[in-house]
Amino acid sequence: MKSRPWLASCILWLGLFLAAPAQAEGLLMARSQQMFPEAMTTLQNAITARGYTITRLQQVNENLAKMHFKSDMYRVVFFGKYDQIDRLTRKYPELIPYLPLSITIFAEGNQSIVVAMPPRALEEMFPDPALKPVFEGWQHDYQAIFDQVRETTGF
Amino acid sequence: MRFITAFLLIVLAAAQQAVWADAPDGAKLFAQNCAVCHGETGSGGIGVPLSLPSFQATVSNQYLAATIRHGRPGRVMPAFTRLSDAEVDAIVRYIRSWYHGPVPTYTDAPVKGNPEHGKQLFAEHCAMCHGADGQGGKGTGVTFSRPRGLPIMPPALNNGGFLASAPDAMIRAVLIHGRAGTPMISFVKAGLTKRDIDDLVAYVRSFRSTEKTSAAGSVAGLQPDLIVQSPYDLKTTLHNLTQAIDSDNFFVGRDQPVEYGLTTPDKANPHQVIVYFCDVPFLNKALAIDPRVGLFLPCRITVVEHEGKVTLMAVNPEVVSKLFNNSELDELCKEMHDRYLAIMQEATL
Repeated sequence: MKSRPWLASCILWLGLFLAAPAQAEGLLMARSQQMFPEAMTTLQNAITARGYTITRLQQVNENLAKMHFKSDMYRVVFFGKYDQIDRLTRKYPELIPYLPLSITIFAEGNQSIVVAMPPRALEEMFPDPALKPVFEGWQHDYQAIFDQVRETTGF
Repeated sequence: MRFITAFLLIVLAAAQQAVWADAPDGAKLFAQNCAVCHGETGSGGIGVPLSLPSFQATVSNQYLAATIRHGRPGRVMPAFTRLSDAEVDAIVRYIRSWYHGPVPTYTDAPVKGNPEHGKQLFAEHCAMCHGADGQGGKGTGVTFSRPRGLPIMPPALNNGGFLASAPDAMIRAVLIHGRAGTPMISFVKAGLTKRDIDDLVAYVRSFRSTEKTSAAGSVAGLQPDLIVQSPYDLKTTLHNLTQAIDSDNFFVGRDQPVEYGLTTPDKANPHQVIVYFCDVPFLNKALAIDPRVGLFLPCRITVVEHEGKVTLMAVNPEVVSKLFNNSELDELCKEMHDRYLAIMQEATL
């Protein structure tokens, strides 16, 4: 059989072009260069900029402090879109324990860390094809929110 | 034919230039995947201080790449299986940009030693930090929001990810040189002989046959919710639920519709009610094990009236815990799973 190195090169380059983009595994996490108050503002702005309503801020460190446990600033931000959640919970009540959506944020020294359960994990847990676009939409939004938090610097 | 070959070469050259222009950006990849735990400059935190010169002086590029690939099952560091080889190499190059000394390389050849004698030496010199069975230090990292007792968390030497990444020769080098800036001392300076060091390496390698760490990972196919049917109506179930929560030593916070805050109170679906509660000492314990547990907060059980049936529902903590890759947290989530179920069953008796 005649050797065709140029063909092998073409296939190799094609493979490189088609390689999947990088994705983090496990939890979604990002480090913000901002101190907690500024990072919190950035996070809330990033969430609302994507059409979500923030429904509640769970004050974790305050509840710990009431029982004299020490913790740095720590919040859970809950958010969602009314029409979407109303529609989903009526049709798929099994999703309710995971709603509304949430992102955890806490201080680490002069920086901040945000953490969330990746919507991609919900896609694995609830493999109904009809839900796939919903989870993919959330995943896209979460990635954008986390990128914004990671990349925003200064006050 | 020559024309076709020349044309293809031009196309390939252009393609190669385009690929180089799009070559993986190690700094960006590090920021996206690693900085949250290792710090943006590799100063450490939940993860090893990668920029520490004594760390860089004893690890090979192959070890760094293998660690990215294998992670540390059950010890927070995930296995980055979705990164391409080029991306892993780019991250390794970026990590190396903090270091200007010679980069070590190691042979994969096993070190011959007496593991039985190594076991005795391990108990005497290593177990106080690395644990009696090489299981490593407890807790999650150094800073990560909460005070820690050590400048670095002693690694789990019996971890499958470590054993698959570190060749014997590297383990020996670390034992010989120690890691300045951490509690890991040079055991040659501490008086051990070359034979002792080799015996220790042989003992550490013997963990491979006993390590039980399970990989974190996929939640596919697992039951994501805890679900218990109630024989009562919504109002009675809610009343029973708050009593059951209270009797399990939780503090009952509030109840609200799932759609609270998303619409006006009159429009929120009254047939889906979340009951929030908390056991603050338990929370404090969980945060000490893994500060990312905010994903579970606050504790909640939702009562749903759907098509005439009343159901209690909660997140299955055992399933969500798999995403954390933290075996210590797995134990706590098993406890939480049992407490959730006990409350839900008591409320529906």
